Amino acid sequence: MLTLTASQRDRVVATCLRALPEEGCGLLLGSADGVVAEIVPSENVAHSARIYEIDPRLLLKTFRRADDLGLEVIGVFHSHTHSAAYPSPTDVNQAPDPNWHYVLVSLATIPTEVQSYRIIEGVVTLEECVVVSAS
Amino acid sequence: MAPVSTIVRIPTVLRPAVGGDATVAVGGSTVGEVLTLLTNMFPGLQGQIIDDEGKLHRFLNVYVNDDDVRYIGGLEAPVSDGDDITLLPAVAGGAA
Repeated sequence: MLTLTASQRDRVVATCLRALPEEGCGLLLGSADGVVAEIVPSENVAHSARIYEIDPRLLLKTFRRADDLGLEVIGVFHSHTHSAAYPSPTDVNQAPDPNWHYVLVSLATIPTEVQSYRIIEGVVTLEECVVVSAS
Repeated sequence: MAPVSTIVRIPTVLRPAVGGDATVAVGGSTVGEVLTLLTNMFPGLQGQIIDDEGKLHRFLNVYVNDDDVRYIGGLEAPVSDGDDITLLPAVAGGAA
């Protein structure tokens, strides 16, 4: 289960909208129980409407900051601009960590669809994504 | 010259291959030497860091201190005593 606030979810969606026509992406900082503490938007260094890559410098910086804050990088979000909010074969093949939450945003539908998945050894499982009002 | 020792930070996903440790101390005077020695120490890393063509794996980011090695000479980048090498899987994917 992934838990995030409404404003964090809005930040995820806003990051993806701003990246159009390219895919948008960013990291999720939080705790091991799946509660998001912070959304970290990234440049899509692939600059593509069909693939994304988190800025490697931001990645290192975010891992270091997580250590400093006693948090963890618990996942990643990215958008699919013209397809469903479901991990593509590319997403599954390249999933970097079985402990992560993979948040997919589809901009192909109105309203925008946001879903969270686990990807473990190539198996995709939809998980509950709980949006709470901001604390 | 005194042997160089570098701390290599291992990402979660590769820790099972190194016996669960988050860091490993390795010798070597270039990034390529350090990573080759690391792979020799832990054969489970074969193909995970350096690919079959002897190049850095496409989906692994390697940093010396704060620098992405792609911008400082790749596998040839020099390593000094006390440097810190961090390995992080690239975070990439997409609809393609």
